[in-house]
Amino acid sequence: MKYMLLIYGDENAWTQSEREDCYEESSQLVQQLRASGQYLSSSPLHSVETATSVRVRDGKKLVTDGPFAETREQLGGYYLIDAENLDEAIAIAERIPAARKGTVEIRPIVKLLSLPSDQ
Amino acid sequence: MMNENIAYPIHKQVDDLYRSESRRVFATLIRLLGDFDRAEEALHEAFAVAIEQWSRDGLPANPQSWLVSVGRFRAIDNIRRRTRFDASLAELAQQFDLTETAQIDEDVEDDRLRLIFTCCHPALSPEAQVALTLREVCGLTTEEIANAFLIAPSTLAQRIVRAKAKIRDARIPYQVPSIADLPERLDTVLQVIYLVFNEGYAASSGEVLTRTDLSTEAIRLGRLVMELLPDAEVMGLLALMLLQESRRTARTSSTGDLILLEDQDRSRWNQDYISEGKALILRSLSSEKFGSYTLQAVIAAVHSEAASAAATDWAQIVALYDVLFQMERSPIVGLNRAVAVAMRDGALTGLQQIDAILAQGDLSGYHLAHAARADLCRRLGRTADARASYQQALALVKQEPERRFLEKRLHELG
Repeated sequence: MKYMLLIYGDENAWTQSEREDCYEESSQLVQQLRASGQYLSSSPLHSVETATSVRVRDGKKLVTDGPFAETREQLGGYYLIDAENLDEAIAIAERIPAARKGTVEIRPIVKLLSLPSDQ
Repeated sequence: MMNENIAYPIHKQVDDLYRSESRRVFATLIRLLGDFDRAEEALHEAFAVAIEQWSRDGLPANPQSWLVSVGRFRAIDNIRRRTRFDASLAELAQQFDLTETAQIDEDVEDDRLRLIFTCCHPALSPEAQVALTLREVCGLTTEEIANAFLIAPSTLAQRIVRAKAKIRDARIPYQVPSIADLPERLDTVLQVIYLVFNEGYAASSGEVLTRTDLSTEAIRLGRLVMELLPDAEVMGLLALMLLQESRRTARTSSTGDLILLEDQDRSRWNQDYISEGKALILRSLSSEKFGSYTLQAVIAAVHSEAASAAATDWAQIVALYDVLFQMERSPIVGLNRAVAVAMRDGALTGLQQIDAILAQGDLSGYHLAHAARADLCRRLGRTADARASYQQALALVKQEPERRFLEKRLHELG
């Protein structure tokens, strides 16, 4: 079963050195998850200030600056993992360093037969 | 053959079995079939076959495992039949068919524990945990649960459907948590049980003070968890519920009005519940792993030993609240402690403490905090202060018998 772990938090709550420590610790976690066969992909995201939103309405494209929703917590990164069940996914989520500052939202992935199955 | 059972016909025996065993059979079927709805369907089919077959052949040697086995075969059959329309089910049917008989019988006792932990999974909302536990573990109907919580049956049904969908889609496992997670997960289970008990013991809103069915169900659940997992806090919670339940008939008048602890006829307290509660407390305390439920039970036990409110060992009660406050740091514990201090040291000291707690703001919306303040002011003869606090409590209270009680007290101030 695949789960997407979405990492939310206040981007401004991190100092540069904290961020680097977090990347370092996350890389180690990725190595461990890869070794246990639970890793699919993961990455931090650039600041929400770099976000661009695209909408298509009545066949017309609308491009705007910024994220879709204004919230105090922003999406800052993600892990795509393979876990047996929700308890296993929770056990992985609690090892993500950003969980100590922000929130990790666990979303089960919908299995679509029409999608290529290499992931 | 048939004549032997004439006095006690088969359908009656099946009814009894349904009452006593259906939840156990259901729990095992969930493990074997991996899905609540499939297990529910299999359970009903198994009982339908039982009525037909047992009236002809008599009761099997082990009705419980007979029901599990028939339910499982019926479910596999059903899946096979649907396989013609849905290829993904074929794999599933084969997988179930390969389950060894040994696996079917293993851990049957643990199945009920698995079911409780799944229903009380922290990934479900507390409302959903309560509804699912009462529906799936206790076997209450949707209507019964909706009536007990004063909500529309359709709302409750939807809550249960959503929770089951989450269990399926997010794959909430059907298992007893790992040792590392057990204390935290057990805590959620105990919270659900105590929530059910409290709704039955001191309904948060509505016309009546107590709803016996919910408290009875909570105690039954407490006994079940206790049987499967005799942890110190499980004993503590069960003891606490029994000790509170012992006062049920004494705390409501014949007209449905609230009677305070100090005014209760203590000869009406249920001594069987009290001694069972006390025995559980001793077991919990001797394990030295007890927590806040056990401490609250000890406080209830101290009350149970006193012949009257005045004869109560208030010094001991204050000391117990001190330990509890160290553990929980909850303003409600602080409030209860202040009330006990008022009994030990006089109303003025208690009032000063309640005012300090109210000044912190956390309890300003809690009607019992204002009611406690009003009572102490009343005892001190501060009529205007008492009136203001009763009015504040009345503005916040949601339950009819408590409202009548507060109005009566306000009226008595003149």
